[in-house]
Amino acid sequence: MRISQHWRGYGFVAPYVIHFLLFVAFPVAFSLVLVFHRWNIIAPMEFVGLGNFYRLARDTLFFRSLGNTLMFLLIHIPLQIVVALFFAELLNRRLHGRGFFRAAFFLPVIVSGVVVTILWQRLFSFDSGLLNRLLIALGLGKVGWLVDPDLAMPSIALMATWKNVGLYIVLFLVGLQSVPSHLYEAAELEGASAWQKFRHITLPMINPTVFLVVVLSTIGGFSLFIEPYILTGGGPLNRTLSAVLYIYKEGFFFYHMGYAATLGFFFALVIMLVVVLQKRVVERNVTL
Amino acid sequence: MARKVILYLVLLVGIVVFTYPFFWMLMASLAPEKEIESLVLIPSQVSLNSYRQVVEKIPIFRAFCNSLLVSGAVTAGVLVFGSMVGYALSRLRFRGRNLIFYILLFTMTLPFQITLIPQYILMVKLGWVDTYLALIAPYMMNAFGIIMFRQFFLSIPQDLIDAARIDGCGDLQILFRILWPNSIPALVTVGIITFMNSWNEVLWPLIVIRVEKLMTMPQLIALFAVGGRAEAQLGVKLAAATMLALPIVLAYLFFQRYFIESMATSGLKE
Repeated sequence: MRISQHWRGYGFVAPYVIHFLLFVAFPVAFSLVLVFHRWNIIAPMEFVGLGNFYRLARDTLFFRSLGNTLMFLLIHIPLQIVVALFFAELLNRRLHGRGFFRAAFFLPVIVSGVVVTILWQRLFSFDSGLLNRLLIALGLGKVGWLVDPDLAMPSIALMATWKNVGLYIVLFLVGLQSVPSHLYEAAELEGASAWQKFRHITLPMINPTVFLVVVLSTIGGFSLFIEPYILTGGGPLNRTLSAVLYIYKEGFFFYHMGYAATLGFFFALVIMLVVVLQKRVVERNVTL
Repeated sequence: MARKVILYLVLLVGIVVFTYPFFWMLMASLAPEKEIESLVLIPSQVSLNSYRQVVEKIPIFRAFCNSLLVSGAVTAGVLVFGSMVGYALSRLRFRGRNLIFYILLFTMTLPFQITLIPQYILMVKLGWVDTYLALIAPYMMNAFGIIMFRQFFLSIPQDLIDAARIDGCGDLQILFRILWPNSIPALVTVGIITFMNSWNEVLWPLIVIRVEKLMTMPQLIALFAVGGRAEAQLGVKLAAATMLALPIVLAYLFFQRYFIESMATSGLKE
């Protein structure tokens, strides 16, 4: 006799269900326990009620790390969109070797962040880095890319843009190619300028891609970790301490598991809130 | 005409900006230490000294094998289990099927920051810290792969499956003998994304692996760059970074179209 479809279905999804319960559901549920406890894994758990949340509310270092992460996003996202749209626009024209250009811009995307960070550590170096050598050759002064507290985070944002922008060029290119050409032809008949065409046809039509790029780079930006970990360790003056780096330090340097879980929990809420807000703003703005 | 020239010039500047740093890194890793600070293009002589020192100081080949093992196992898991669940969700009717689908969507929107600490504690309690299991098991399935397979399988004609069933094929045979050969694009996309993410992952290994002989390549090299063992020498750090980049860049040179298309579809899916 054949086993019913129900049971075969359960058989096929069983590995996933077990995986989900163990590695997603249990951790989420356990994080709700952890946030009310103080625990270093070795000693018994100690119930502290809302203690972790009180501590979080007064933790200036955590809010500094949140601020740093937001600062990173405020530079990274607009820069990413402008640069990606610029190159996607160029690549969308009739030209030879589009595939070659696209592949070259994409190269930093596939390489590990560790490689990119070690490389940029050299480019950013104050005394002999390529960037400062270039500036001197142009007759300009040296810039303290990573040593100036006001510049360190923008420098990291610049590096992250360089690493990721190739992916967004490709996404925008897909978006641009989906805009029907008759819209442009009609606008040309009406005598629209290149900027008007871009502003009133291209931008509204690629709105979904803009939203996608904003969300993907927000999520990526909120995961910022290895770049400051290698480049600066969070310095100078904690100005490049990202939220994930701070959670990592609380959890794995100091073994404050309860508090680190509270930070992670709170930070995850912030991320989800920001993504929802972005959805609203992007949908309203570009369709004006 | 002038516009065309400007267009190509701007694109060429773009190429220099995005690829020259990698060229410089390769050259600097081959240059004598004292030339690196002033190097622009080609060093006066090629020296493998930096690479020799990397090999002497850290177990880089072992780390390479660890990374290969971990990423290979993770990718195999995601392909096999992901397609199984994708098959069940697209072709089998059972109670709770929609629930599974909602769970998948929920998992995809859940920020990893919330599970990071509890997942580490789970590894401690299971006794998996400092084992390959900690690197492989949590990543052996993911929502993205399952949803990709589900969507792709929905586009395959039901006739193909009915015919196989009449021939007496069971579900596993249908999945691996009929659907897999007809799903090469989905397998390639999920395979590349999974392998690359796993190969480049560094936060999780830093957390669950503390013994050097089990470290993955990016982890070992990140710790090498941060710790004092590079002894402030620039060449060895750049040589280590070059060795880390090399496997993926080589794969990219051969399969760049698949890399780009896979990453574009994965971006668009989310």
